[in-house]
Amino acid sequence: MRIGAPKEAFPGEARVALTPDSAVALQKLGHTCFVEARAGTAAGISDAAYAAAGVTIVPDAAALYAAADVVTKVRPPTEGEVSLLRQDQTLISFFWPAQNTDLLERARTQGATVVAMDMVPRISRAQKMDALSSMANIAGYRAVIEAGNHFGRFFTGQVTAAGKVPPAKVLVVGAGVAGLAAIGTATSLGAITYAFDVRPEVAEQIESMGAEFVFLDFEETQDGAATGGYAAPSSPEFREKQLARFRELAPEIDIVITTALIPGRPAPKLWTADMVQVMKPGSVIVDLAAERGGNCDLTVPDEKVVTENGVTIVGYTDFPSRMAAQASTLYANNVRHFLTDLTPNKDGIIHHNMDDDVIRGATVTHEGAITYPPPPPKVQAIAAAKPKEKPKELTPEEKRAGEAAAFRAQTRTQVGLLVAGGLLLALVGAYAPASFMAHFIVFALACFVGFQVIWSVSHSLHTPLMAVTNAISGIVVLGALLQVGSSHWLVVSLASLSFLIATINIVGGFLVTRRMLAMFQKS
Amino acid sequence: MSFGLVSAAYVAAAVLFILSLGGLSGQESAKRAVWYGIAGMALAVGATVFGPGVGNYAVIAAMLVIGSAIGWYVAKKVAMTEMPQLVAALHSFVGLAAVFIGFNADLELTRVLTLDEASRSALTGFAGVLAHKSGVEIAILKVEVFLGVFIGAVTFTGSIVAFGKLAGKVDGKARKLPGGHGLNAGAALLSLVLLVLYVNGTGIWALVAMTLLAFFIGYHLIMGIGGADMPVVVSMLNSYSGWAAASIGFTLGNDLLIVTGALVGSSGAILSYIMCKAMNRSFISVILGGFGTTTGPVMAIAGEQIAIDADGVATALEEADSVVIVPGYGMAVAQAQQSVSELTRRLRAKGKQVRFAIHPVAGRLPGHMNVLLAEARVPYDIVLEMDEINEDFSETDVVIVIGSNDIVNPAAQEDPNSPIAGMPVLEVWKAKQVFVSKRGQGTGYSGIENPLFYKENTRMFYGDAKASIDRLVQAI
Repeated sequence: MRIGAPKEAFPGEARVALTPDSAVALQKLGHTCFVEARAGTAAGISDAAYAAAGVTIVPDAAALYAAADVVTKVRPPTEGEVSLLRQDQTLISFFWPAQNTDLLERARTQGATVVAMDMVPRISRAQKMDALSSMANIAGYRAVIEAGNHFGRFFTGQVTAAGKVPPAKVLVVGAGVAGLAAIGTATSLGAITYAFDVRPEVAEQIESMGAEFVFLDFEETQDGAATGGYAAPSSPEFREKQLARFRELAPEIDIVITTALIPGRPAPKLWTADMVQVMKPGSVIVDLAAERGGNCDLTVPDEKVVTENGVTIVGYTDFPSRMAAQASTLYANNVRHFLTDLTPNKDGIIHHNMDDDVIRGATVTHEGAITYPPPPPKVQAIAAAKPKEKPKELTPEEKRAGEAAAFRAQTRTQVGLLVAGGLLLALVGAYAPASFMAHFIVFALACFVGFQVIWSVSHSLHTPLMAVTNAISGIVVLGALLQVGSSHWLVVSLASLSFLIATINIVGGFLVTRRMLAMFQKS
Repeated sequence: MSFGLVSAAYVAAAVLFILSLGGLSGQESAKRAVWYGIAGMALAVGATVFGPGVGNYAVIAAMLVIGSAIGWYVAKKVAMTEMPQLVAALHSFVGLAAVFIGFNADLELTRVLTLDEASRSALTGFAGVLAHKSGVEIAILKVEVFLGVFIGAVTFTGSIVAFGKLAGKVDGKARKLPGGHGLNAGAALLSLVLLVLYVNGTGIWALVAMTLLAFFIGYHLIMGIGGADMPVVVSMLNSYSGWAAASIGFTLGNDLLIVTGALVGSSGAILSYIMCKAMNRSFISVILGGFGTTTGPVMAIAGEQIAIDADGVATALEEADSVVIVPGYGMAVAQAQQSVSELTRRLRAKGKQVRFAIHPVAGRLPGHMNVLLAEARVPYDIVLEMDEINEDFSETDVVIVIGSNDIVNPAAQEDPNSPIAGMPVLEVWKAKQVFVSKRGQGTGYSGIENPLFYKENTRMFYGDAKASIDRLVQAI
């Protein structure tokens, strides 16, 4: 198939959907690549670099749309670009089908298949094509850099010969991909970083990036797993509590980076005008949600404004485009991974498999029909969080009652055993003669001592214990010795024989025990 | 030496024996404890030899020399892996000695009873004790003799079979004659009848017949018990040999024999109890052989066993900070303890935490693994019991299972229908990675599949344990 990338028509957009590297990879899949002249210039990629990678340069957009079977783009197509689409052509780009219904209808009437990179489902297998995440990562990084650009101090604290510099305090609101990238960048620059998110399960991720989670004591919490890892709107009570916490923090924070977005809704207002009022002059707010109305009341999309009290509010919406080289590389790779899935046999023939969860999810028009919204994916994005089992805290009374019951049970068994043993002894004593009883007492006591002593033997010494008891049970020699003096020949020979074997037992048992014990040594 | 002095020596010997057993509570005090035992035994034998009523000193001296020489030779020669066999063999000696002494007592009794009053009072020694017994006392004596011989005979053949199974001379599988435990019960019942006959004065034939029956019981009982239950069997036989000694003590009216026999008997009984508890089975079910009945189908296992080579294991070990090694009978069979020790030394030299986890029934003798590792110079303070280490598996990077199966089977906890459900096991599957060194894909002693081998974090390291560990040592 012929795959082509036009120059982005949107004013100021510097990214490009095809790089020489991704072109080489695509050619290995059996495709041929085309690019509009000067498409990569803004991202630092010259036409010569494309040509060197085997990409054919075409002079203008019309020629490219005519030449390519698959058009890869970054921004959603403009009116003019949609009309260039033709029957059975495939367009791969960000599309935002929920917002751009008219555009979607236009694409359908043109008969083109549209793959929206923003609709790639969030499952593990599709992570390599998740362009939203790779762009968010760049935005998060760039937001910190942008903030640093407007912030008049160091991020890191320093003690210099000229005096002490306090570290900057950064608050990141919303710990999605962009938020986490911002946290990572801010902490690595040396700032003290705080982060907030409505999903308590991301606290761990926040802390792993080196920031402190702003803890909100609230009963109702969100389970991000139910919404595919995205945040959902929170209740008014929760919102009040959250704003109150932010109000407390506002005076001491130097840089605020807001990234809170709720899918399919305008951005929630989290940083109100009064919070901006109490911030120190020179502070910076970077609103990554500016495109969707902004998290801050005072944000002006695409503009940088300075409030009366000297707070800079950055409302740019084109952070990825401001790092076009990096963004193009990652986006082109995302697109390339998607095309790899579309070319399962690596033979340059696109097989648009609508049974595949990822392909089905991202495709918004196909064969003259609108296929948006997709059915829910078969694979759950994230395993549902298991409800935490809390071990039941016993009250002191219950504990005491339990202990008392255990004590009573123990007493009962002990007393029971003693009574049974006593009865047995009494029974024997009632019939047996005194000479037997004398030995019997010794026997019973010895059993008792044996039980007491053996329980304390260490597990690791059980083998030596067996060997030593073996040796000791050779004490039967005493019996043989007492009988060997008999005048009966058979008695003498049997006694001698038992003396012999019992001696083997004693000597062998003790020596082998000694040998074993000598081996046990401490490290 | 007067009777009073002999008694004093006996008291001292009894105390020394108790101290000797008590000293085994720790590795260091155990080294002293064995000397207490030796001293006690020397004292007891010396006092008896030079006490009243002992003759034939030439025979005693000859037997002492020969017996000591054999005992010394055996103790020097035996390899630590053969320890279970040795212990079983020694038990059989005690049993046989008890049988002989019992017969002697009967012979002496018959002789004494035929003598007239005058020559009776002239008798000394054991015969003299017998001569002064009343009618009831003689009846009791006969019961004691009978019991002593019975227990001794069961111990004798039982230990010989156990020895054969442990040494591999007899097939380790559980085998029963047709009739099973009915035969044992019948023989025991018959012995009881013979006891009544014997006490009523039928003469020595009843004793001989009972001995033969007891020999059969001992043989058949242990034949019916499988190889992996041997720790219970050996400690049970240990217990029996003690009770045999105690009943001989009753026969001879010797308190030291009674005390020592009781000590040994209770020690063996406690060991058997500990072993049974470690397998979550009752003593009766072990003795009767086989596993308990299950109530439903055993859980199916999903997944496959994935093999790995020595380089793969070595890489994982290089990256790990904490390693736990779980040895089992397979390590003893392959004589791999030296290689394991070398592996441990190398890993420890690299600053990794290496520990051993020992299940109470690992091996064929209580504490078998500890002795093998000690022989290979693994320090005992890194060799831990199940209860000490089970909590730590979740923080362990790599677990190496060497030749054990049922003691690391998660089915014991996860599958209520498994034959080993409820048995305490080492929770190795909680570690980040588990490597199982095993000869092939077979099941363990109990014949049950082990879901551990199919877990995602488990890799099978096939081959002879010693060869595998040697390759591993070279790769690190």
